[in-house]
Amino acid sequence: MKSLLAESPRYHPHRRIRLLLGPLFAIACLLATLLGVIVLVLLLGSIIVAALRGVPDNPWYALGANLQEFLGLFRKYATRIRSSDPSMAGFKIGLAGSLWLLGLVALIGIPVGVGAAVFLEEYAPPGRWRTIIQTNIANLAGVPSIVYGILGLALFVRAFGIKALALGPCLLAGVLTLSLLILPVVVIATQEALRTVPISLRQAAIALGATRWQMVRGHVLPSALPGILTGTILGLSRAIGETAPLLMVGAAGSILDLPRGPLDRYTALPVEIYNYAKLPNRDFQVVSAGGILILLTLLLSMNAVAIVIRSRFRRYH
Amino acid sequence: MSHPSAIVEPPRPGNEADLWSGHNRYLAFYEGIVTVGLVLCALITILTTIGIILVLSAQTFEFFVKSKVGVLDFLLGTQLRPEASPPRFGILPLIWGTFVIAAGSSMIAVPIGLLSAIFMSEYAPRRLRSILKPMLELLAGIPTIVYGYLALLLVTPSLKALFEPIGIRVETFNVLSACIVVGVMIIPMVSSLSEDVLTAVPRGLREAAYGLGATKFEVSTRIVLPAALSGVVASFILAISRAVGETMAVVLAAGSRPQITLNPLTSAETMTAYIVSVTGGEASYGSPEYLSLFAVGLTLFAITMILNIFSGFVLRHFREVYQ
Repeated sequence: MKSLLAESPRYHPHRRIRLLLGPLFAIACLLATLLGVIVLVLLLGSIIVAALRGVPDNPWYALGANLQEFLGLFRKYATRIRSSDPSMAGFKIGLAGSLWLLGLVALIGIPVGVGAAVFLEEYAPPGRWRTIIQTNIANLAGVPSIVYGILGLALFVRAFGIKALALGPCLLAGVLTLSLLILPVVVIATQEALRTVPISLRQAAIALGATRWQMVRGHVLPSALPGILTGTILGLSRAIGETAPLLMVGAAGSILDLPRGPLDRYTALPVEIYNYAKLPNRDFQVVSAGGILILLTLLLSMNAVAIVIRSRFRRYH
Repeated sequence: MSHPSAIVEPPRPGNEADLWSGHNRYLAFYEGIVTVGLVLCALITILTTIGIILVLSAQTFEFFVKSKVGVLDFLLGTQLRPEASPPRFGILPLIWGTFVIAAGSSMIAVPIGLLSAIFMSEYAPRRLRSILKPMLELLAGIPTIVYGYLALLLVTPSLKALFEPIGIRVETFNVLSACIVVGVMIIPMVSSLSEDVLTAVPRGLREAAYGLGATKFEVSTRIVLPAALSGVVASFILAISRAVGETMAVVLAAGSRPQITLNPLTSAETMTAYIVSVTGGEASYGSPEYLSLFAVGLTLFAITMILNIFSGFVLRHFREVYQ
């Protein structure tokens, strides 16, 4: 039996407004969230359209022909070098530079980051020093990337004016700068991965007579490897998209030769994109769109690898 | 045992001749080397901070000595003409440009980011959330140069199409398009950081409110949001700090003309854009113009550091602790 009392407006103040506000708010929240997705689609769509603007149009339903043209676009931009003629310009030198940077940062920056994380998680006893290093890493993660560029410029490129130590605007200076830049990302991700390894695994290793490093190398690191790899890939994809610090440490635009070693001059893909994008001639916008397509393809495939690793090898959850 | 470092290796018997005792000189030496190596790795992170502060302050000092500009003239001067003679180094226009763009972009990012965080923590079913979250992460991973390009390709032409017919001039490089792209860029940051703190609010609070007859809207805005307010505000401050330090999107969208103006459709220059333009220019090593880059860099570093530390302070001191 329904009570008449419970239906009276006294127990349902502002009932209509409340019932109306709820769904309206939900819709606003949904729209705000979808905005992100819309922006993503808009961004990719407009860049693809801009990149295709240069080629003759096929009707949209001629999928095979369009796809072929699209792939041809990649080949075209990846094999041509910088040129003042928009129809001849490409990103070969920048792409090679970026791949060099990627490889060398993986060789230099990643081990240091993983080492620092292992020290903080497995060796350092909780206390003042550990807190200081930890706070410091959290602060470094918030430093703007251009400040790292300034550091690289003064420290690696110029060495405070000491000629014998200065590297000049070479590949190695860029690598060292980017390595410092991604250090906090790698350290924080690796620490999180190490924390998921159960303590009993460590106790078992030690109980069987392993030394600390044997325990870390033989048991903790292999168990945490998927997490570490994910963090590493995130760090590397940050490094490959950075432009500002590379502009500071001398990735110049007008390089026409492939770099042959870490002491050669170089340029990077995002730097070349920037150099084309700032030109007033609108034909060069098509060229930059092509470069962005290459860059995003590189980044998306790296992210996809990270997602696969994360879902495949998730161990302790 | 809470922390791995609390695990202690058992003492080993001292008989070195006995292979089975587990004591091995080589092993002990190797162990020591590895430990030293790991300590060095951790020290590099400290050295980076020291290096940044040292480089910036030493070169800034040199700048003030060589250019004979006073600190107050530098921070509050309204004229920035490094190539004029005598050169003028007043960076107030740069600070103005930086703050206008940071304020404008957070006006876009804060409400949208917060609403989408509420949606993901309160409304979205688990399946939808597992699709949306990686998408936002993807959006956060797109390089800033792409956003800058987007400003030139899409945003500025749209603004032109919108405003020019009614007689308002829109410059190719303008503050509004910079605000829009930087705002869109930092939405994922606001929403993912806020979502983390909203999700961490204990379930019991929500259920108590539902039990008293609150609607979902009331629970989200009057129970969950106030409970997580410190974390949400901290994420706003971090996003503003990110907008202050943003470089490439601003360089491509807002241009490089240092001026103090309220008109969002004209171009402006930020601190980061000035640093880029000095490096790209003809300034010779050791000249006051070259050194001014470090002084501006120090100002930028100080502002972002203060914002980051303030954000941590808000998070720690205004947090409501629930069991």
